Amino acid sequence: MAFLAKMKAATNTPAQKPDHHHHQAIPSEVALRVKALESLLVEKGLVDPAALDALIDTYENKVGPRNGARVVARAWVDPAYKERLLINATAAIAELGYTGMQGEHMVVVENTPKVHNLVVCTLCSCYPWPVLGLPPVWYKSAPYRSRAVIDPRGVLREFGLQLAEDVEVRVWDSTSEVRFLVLPERPAGSEQLSEEALAALVTRNAMIGVAKVTLPQPGGHS
Amino acid sequence: MNGVHDMGGMHGLGPIQAENEEPVFPERWEGRAFALTLAMAAWRKWTLDGSRHQRELIPSAEYLRMSYYEKWIAGLVELLVKSGLVTSTELERGKAVLDSPKAAPPLTADKVLPVLAHGRPASRDVSVLPRFRVGQRVRTRNMHPTGHTRLPRYARDKLGTIDRDRGVFVFPDTNAHSLDEKPQHVYSVRFGASELWGEQGAPQDAVYIDIWDDYLEPA
Repeated sequence: MAFLAKMKAATNTPAQKPDHHHHQAIPSEVALRVKALESLLVEKGLVDPAALDALIDTYENKVGPRNGARVVARAWVDPAYKERLLINATAAIAELGYTGMQGEHMVVVENTPKVHNLVVCTLCSCYPWPVLGLPPVWYKSAPYRSRAVIDPRGVLREFGLQLAEDVEVRVWDSTSEVRFLVLPERPAGSEQLSEEALAALVTRNAMIGVAKVTLPQPGGHS
Repeated sequence: MNGVHDMGGMHGLGPIQAENEEPVFPERWEGRAFALTLAMAAWRKWTLDGSRHQRELIPSAEYLRMSYYEKWIAGLVELLVKSGLVTSTELERGKAVLDSPKAAPPLTADKVLPVLAHGRPASRDVSVLPRFRVGQRVRTRNMHPTGHTRLPRYARDKLGTIDRDRGVFVFPDTNAHSLDEKPQHVYSVRFGASELWGEQGAPQDAVYIDIWDDYLEPA
């Protein structure tokens, strides 16, 4: 089992920081091993390399947080849609064409002036792929997974969000195949904006619950 | 199993390093590792619960040291051998054994979008009676199985209230080990932060956890 042993040993190189990425000029040990594994699986006819390209292209270029932002903006402008979304999120999200892998069982939780929702997966990295794409590194990493449930207010402060004491924080731990999307509050002063302009304001972090949606500051560059 | 993957409530795991503009796959091999894992899952030789459990079996010190997709690849390699799709000799040599028949991949490029769009629901359309009802007080079991489970340690032997009945789903504790799917109700259970964390929890806050029927007892 030398290859297996090496596969594990490859992770012991000091250059690999836990759950953090950096860019190396020379292919890393793990990059070479993944390449070798792919070659073997292709040689055996177990995988189609074009399918791998298509999978990567899907999550790099097609499926991402813009999908979720469209769901949120629709809910802000269309009260009947919002009602459907809160009752049966999977079906309502499918109305906009977003379905499938890691979004088979969707639940949307609504932020209000008195309730703030935050999503985590303490046991692994569960995340609603069809509406948010693949999770960012911080969401999958030990510091967030460990702290979000025990110290959500501290975590939110680190993301720049200070909540009043009278706001109830609800943390959703994604232990089952249910996937959560936060419906953020529509920002004050956005009444004149079109659905499309509203969608452009909605960030990935707001749909995880570590941020609020804000209007760009006049003269600012966000 | 009481592994380090079950890290809800732990201290000392460092600061959150939030990047906003990182690429989906910061390094090319990570995309390949992701895609290989999905493409091989299409053989249906293991369940999603089984692949999660395989990653949980990575020894704790290594689990914490490895980057995310390194864990995926380490888990995949073990599953390939266990399932017989690849032999350890082939992995060692990086070459297929001569005269081994060439397979036809179940996930071809043209099937990627439809397969992703369809997903793989974990709900089951079978009639199972719920043991609990919305609004009922419940206690999670004090259980420490050595196999796969989705009841986090921080939520064991705790009092909560059933908030929603999510319907009937396969049971990870058996499904991960390719045993019975044991379909049963999953409930969204509300736990007060003070119940979970004592003085460290803000009394107005709560954690909602999806909990299978078998993890619960009447309070």
